[in-house]
Amino acid sequence: MSAERRDMDAPLAIEGHGSRKSYLVGFLLSVVLTAIPFWLVMSNVLENPGATSALVILFAVLQILVHTFCFLHVNTQAEGGWTMLAYIFTAVILLITIAGSLWIMYHLNSNMMPGMMPGQMAETP
Amino acid sequence: METTAGKIAASEAPLFYETGEGHEAHPASPTLLGFWIYLMSDALLFASIFATFGVLGTSYAGGPTPRDIFDLPLVALNTAILLVSSVTYGFSMLAMERGEIRTVQAWLAVTALLGLSFVGVELYEFSHLIAEGATPQRSGFLSAFFTLVGTHGAHVTFGIIWIGVMLVQVQKRGLIAENRRRLLCLSMFWHFLDVVWIGVFTYVYLLGMLR
Repeated sequence: MSAERRDMDAPLAIEGHGSRKSYLVGFLLSVVLTAIPFWLVMSNVLENPGATSALVILFAVLQILVHTFCFLHVNTQAEGGWTMLAYIFTAVILLITIAGSLWIMYHLNSNMMPGMMPGQMAETP
Repeated sequence: METTAGKIAASEAPLFYETGEGHEAHPASPTLLGFWIYLMSDALLFASIFATFGVLGTSYAGGPTPRDIFDLPLVALNTAILLVSSVTYGFSMLAMERGEIRTVQAWLAVTALLGLSFVGVELYEFSHLIAEGATPQRSGFLSAFFTLVGTHGAHVTFGIIWIGVMLVQVQKRGLIAENRRRLLCLSMFWHFLDVVWIGVFTYVYLLGMLR
């Protein structure tokens, strides 16, 4: 029982779930990285919606990284690097799922909708 | 003889699985790592709902578009609430490392209240949309919207229930090793929900308004 307790305590001691500094730095960065995209969209700063979209996505990716390191404490040391490995693996699958779905469905829409096939063009009323 | 030979062979055999870091290479806590892997599977669930929203997000069926129904100041308020709640949970974890039970409970309670106000604002938004006729059955866009945002809201709700359970646990048993482990798992859960919300407010609300 006592050995089990020590096993339980040890990881918690070396885990190091952040410091006041890491939380405050993460919070300040998040505030900036949230305020800028909201400001870009709400006051329509850039005339070009494409450029605004690209910037908004960039800020989201940056903020997700800030949260991952400052709040979730994913790094090469935590849990012997396994959390980071699982995180990278998930990120890859996530990108494949979302980007792949959008890609396939976009092409299905543009190629397979009735009346869109070259041969059918004449037949449609 | 055979066993001795076996022992010698075993001791002289190169240990390919030793990484030079000794036992530090092992995961520090099986529970925390296991919970992390659960969260990653949850991320994949969200990925499929995000993909659904991406596919259906422009199918308005003649119904309202994001520009007609989204209220960005309200979303900004909700984002701020969730972000602050992440930091207050962090302060609770710092107090846990110092062993201050009262401070842990106080910050946990603040986090739960922030979580409740987040869910409250979201329900207010939903009720407004439904009152305006923008119900989930109106169009593919609205079905995907309510599924994605609702699933995140359900996660936050369960997080609040979990905080309530932990408040009782800490009150009854103090900061014993088991409770600290549970609080660390809840910490990952809460911060993870904040990460998912970044995806929601960017993908659904901000990019929706730009379409």
